Amino acid sequence: MNKAKRGDWVEIEQILLEANKRADNLPEETKKVPLIQWFKGYLLNDRAELNDEVEIETLIGRKVKGKLSEINPKHVHNFGESIKELMDVGIELRKEIEELN
Amino acid sequence: MLLVKDMSYNAVMGRKNEIMKKAIGVDYDVFSYGKLGFDYEKMMKKVGYSIEEVEKIQREGKVGNTPLYELKNINALVKKYASKGKGARIFLKDEAMNASGSFKARRAAVSVYHAKKHGYKGVIAATSGNYGAAVAAQALQRGLKCIIVQEVYDSRKVGQPEILEKTRKCEAYGAEVIRLSVGPELFYTLLCLLEETGYFNASLYTPFAIAGIETLGYEIANQMKEIEGRYPDAVIATNAGGGNLVGTARGLIKAGAKDTKIIGASVDLSGLHMASDIDFNKKSFTTGHTGFAIPFATWPDRTDVPRNAARVLRYIDRYAKVTQGEVFYVTEALAQLEGLERGPAGNTSLSAAIAIAREMDEDQIVVVQETEYTGAGKHPNPQLTFARENGIVVKRGKPVDSKPGESIMIPETFEQLSVTDIDVEELKFNLIRNAIEKSGLNSIGDEDFSFLVEDTNATEEFVEKALKKLNVVYQ
Repeated sequence: MNKAKRGDWVEIEQILLEANKRADNLPEETKKVPLIQWFKGYLLNDRAELNDEVEIETLIGRKVKGKLSEINPKHVHNFGESIKELMDVGIELRKEIEELN
Repeated sequence: MLLVKDMSYNAVMGRKNEIMKKAIGVDYDVFSYGKLGFDYEKMMKKVGYSIEEVEKIQREGKVGNTPLYELKNINALVKKYASKGKGARIFLKDEAMNASGSFKARRAAVSVYHAKKHGYKGVIAATSGNYGAAVAAQALQRGLKCIIVQEVYDSRKVGQPEILEKTRKCEAYGAEVIRLSVGPELFYTLLCLLEETGYFNASLYTPFAIAGIETLGYEIANQMKEIEGRYPDAVIATNAGGGNLVGTARGLIKAGAKDTKIIGASVDLSGLHMASDIDFNKKSFTTGHTGFAIPFATWPDRTDVPRNAARVLRYIDRYAKVTQGEVFYVTEALAQLEGLERGPAGNTSLSAAIAIAREMDEDQIVVVQETEYTGAGKHPNPQLTFARENGIVVKRGKPVDSKPGESIMIPETFEQLSVTDIDVEELKFNLIRNAIEKSGLNSIGDEDFSFLVEDTNATEEFVEKALKKLNVVYQ
């Protein structure tokens, strides 16, 4: 989905400092990329597409402008893969306790 | 002509003092003396709150009075691997039970109360840690607006699961979350926002924030007295910015537990640069690690307030580091042996406690003073999955063979859990060196000399020797 309408929950992106305007004393790899910030909120424009300049209202009612970067952004983090190395730890330790008792 | 404020990086940083004075409402100048000194205790007394006031504020915010458990199964294994007569008992303060899921609720409760009392309409905090959710959860209860500024992504817009979860948690409590790419300019964003909104800076390092943690030490002392009839021999605190350790130590002293040893513990992330766009996602811990802890211990005033109330070297007796793999191992042990599934970062001090308890006498007691909530992202599995995705080797092996940013060794046995001591004397010397270098002094008088003695909790001889080494004249 790359079209949003007024009231949709969206994310916008802003370049806060271009690479050449960043703080001194940064490692090289950081100095060559811009500092970016992302906000989420309800879209105030009637219609917009990804990458359009838009305005949003945040959860506390502030109005912020930026480039539309995501529509209905979701939380993508999860519980990861099963880590066998750690599951084994549980089995081993419980066995040790059993032996002690 | 309209007067437009210069919002360039240097211009905003130049207005730092003026912005902070409005955003905290504390005139730090009144505590200053000499050329580098300031009256720490006077500041804590005048600006902080008493234990009784803090307890009342925290009760209102659903914070405090968390349980203290003895970890009987873990203690049985500690004893198994200790030599005869050794193997202290470990007790755990279950701070995950606070509203928002961590001890950070204690400092947030007081900061938000203070902001409300002084008529601020909202609060802002710059933090990628549990503190964000804590401030959000307290602000909503007192009807204040809340903005949390987090460092979340590298330049590819890839973020660690642990921080992504913290974004979600802050939004769950109605906060506006501003997410940034890697860089220390987070502070610049904070200043811009404070100036624009007129909100309160709920910094982690104000006297209010530290006063909020004093109840943690106070509760531990009183609970141990009730359970075992005496104060603990040692308390271990995970150390990053310093507030956790300092507030706890002050609370223990206020309760009368003056002989309890204060031990700090951090995850070893040496070699990884905190401001590096590449290193950012090579670490598997986003807090409680040496990358914050060492710079903050040796130069506390690097923070967002003129005088940091979290001054670790005044209180710390011993400082230990552990590896990432050990903390994940111990997190699994806490879940599988004690029925407590808790977030990894908070278990840093538990990992150190297991190794240290083995060296202590069997009739001694050591308290681990925190846990934190766990969930998607903030859990060993997603953190280790993410590590593998970023090219880190994860396998069973000896902790000593791990290298931050390259490999994580999950210990092969319980017996392998160990600590490496960080030289506290060296940290004290470095604090003195930083104080001298930042002030540009080449001679100091009595007032500043006594300040350095206090600030390092060292002997006069130690400070004299350090100054001599730094070619500074003491007159």
